[in-house]
Amino acid sequence: MNGAKIRQHIAFSVLGLLTLGIVVPILLVIIYIVVNGAGAITWEFLTAAPREGMRAGGIFPAIVGTILLVVGTMLFALPLGVLSAVYLVEYAHDNLFTRMIKLSVVNLSGIPSIVYGLFGFTMFVMLLHFGTSILAGSLTLGIMSLPVIITASKEALESVPNTYREISLSLGATRWQTVRYCVLPYAIPGILTGTVLSLSRAAGETAPILFTVAAFYLPRLPRGAFDQVMALPYHLYVISTQVPNIPLELSFATALTLVGLVFLMNLVSIFLRAHYRKKRLW
Amino acid sequence: MPRRISEPIIEWCIKLSGFAVVIFVFLIFLFLLRDSLSLFREYPIRDVLLGREWLPISEPPKFGVLPLLVGSVLVTFWAIVICVPLGVGAAMFIAEVAPKPLKHVLKSLIEILASIPSVVLGFLGIIWLGPFLRNTFGLSTGMTGLTGSLLLAFMALPTIISISEDALAGVPKAYREAAFGLGATRWQTLWRVILPSASSGIVAAIMLGIGRVVGETMVVLMVTGNAPVMPKSILQPLRTLTATIAGEMGETVGGSEHYFALFAVGLVLFAITFTINLIADVFLRRARK
Repeated sequence: MNGAKIRQHIAFSVLGLLTLGIVVPILLVIIYIVVNGAGAITWEFLTAAPREGMRAGGIFPAIVGTILLVVGTMLFALPLGVLSAVYLVEYAHDNLFTRMIKLSVVNLSGIPSIVYGLFGFTMFVMLLHFGTSILAGSLTLGIMSLPVIITASKEALESVPNTYREISLSLGATRWQTVRYCVLPYAIPGILTGTVLSLSRAAGETAPILFTVAAFYLPRLPRGAFDQVMALPYHLYVISTQVPNIPLELSFATALTLVGLVFLMNLVSIFLRAHYRKKRLW
Repeated sequence: MPRRISEPIIEWCIKLSGFAVVIFVFLIFLFLLRDSLSLFREYPIRDVLLGREWLPISEPPKFGVLPLLVGSVLVTFWAIVICVPLGVGAAMFIAEVAPKPLKHVLKSLIEILASIPSVVLGFLGIIWLGPFLRNTFGLSTGMTGLTGSLLLAFMALPTIISISEDALAGVPKAYREAAFGLGATRWQTLWRVILPSASSGIVAAIMLGIGRVVGETMVVLMVTGNAPVMPKSILQPLRTLTATIAGEMGETVGGSEHYFALFAVGLVLFAITFTINLIADVFLRRARK
């Protein structure tokens, strides 16, 4: 072996070690949560309300709360995000207005989650008088999810070949008909993949819901969109920092439930992506 | 509804949705500014930005943001020092060294890491990493800036790896072939040709990583010890900008000076991440060319 080969061998080994330095902690974290949490996950834990100041019982209200928030986020952010991507890809000209929108998407994606929390509080809780409610929380999480949904939808729309549009337009269809019947149907799987991914992020977020929706301890289900709810990530924060003497296995089980829920949503997203690649026509 | 009426309505909705993002960014900035200005009327902006004491509930209160800013900078600096070599190294390994099956496994693992909620990592920091660091370094508490930096480094990895990897993979094939043709080894090609060509993308990756770390809230709220004093070392408890908002907002009275001060902290945070993202965007654009 000559010098260059030996150097290559050493360099690649170092890169491999660096990668290993990332892989090992990831695996450790997952194994640690699963091993410590799996034992405490029982049917009762998943379907009962917390009791004795959260030191016993289950986390059912928090699971329901998180699911409601995800649904609320989707109802708000999906149509808005898709339509704004449609605008950017199908309608917009390359002018100042369009550049402003693109720049805003970039900046929205970089705003810290806690700043969304502040904004949601002043805008929805105070100014619009929604109170700390599912509605206020969903809208806050929705705005936060917009950049990912827009970016994913944009890519999905851009990947539809231009010939589809040209054929439709040449047959006398209007621009909206073209978008509605010849572009959107083919972009939907890509849009869904990005949406589910962004919703899984929203499900795990704590900072934006701190002052907009999350209830410290509310062992019942919400009655409407203007009710507070417990949510899994906030519940985990509360029981690991705010309440003393919580049995550790309850914290682990809550963490595992949250990770499991997020992971499940990611699997859905991966499945959609694979399915989409297989059925792709171009 | 006849098409002549329905179509303009739909197209109008589309246009409005397109503009919604601009409105949101503007509104976020406006609300932060409005409430910050309420504070600056009583406490000059200079005293807030350069004040070395954050004592919001003492008499009289002091709203010096500097200790929090230094806390954020210190935690971010160490997080980036830890995660950039790891992240860029791993990106190089995934893009250029790993065989295809391994590549897929590694990418999936990174995606799993990206999906772990920050509150879960914060929880692990409290019960696992914190005590571990306390015992290893013989500290009086495990809840220090370093605990936060390590966890934030871990969280920033997916951003840095995926964007760096994209940048490396995006280098034109011709560059590689030319280098091989001149007799360079794969390592020489990677180190002297591909890495320099991908540098814009990698800088963008690092900037976005910094943005992510600066804005992260739950981990630092849970593990850095919540001490709003001017930090002297990364090995002692401190408090970041984000953690201050999250930790104190619930205790303030709406419309009080303390309440407005938290919006001023939010405005500082907004300004920092806005700048970082603009820089990242410039580099990303350059990388795409």
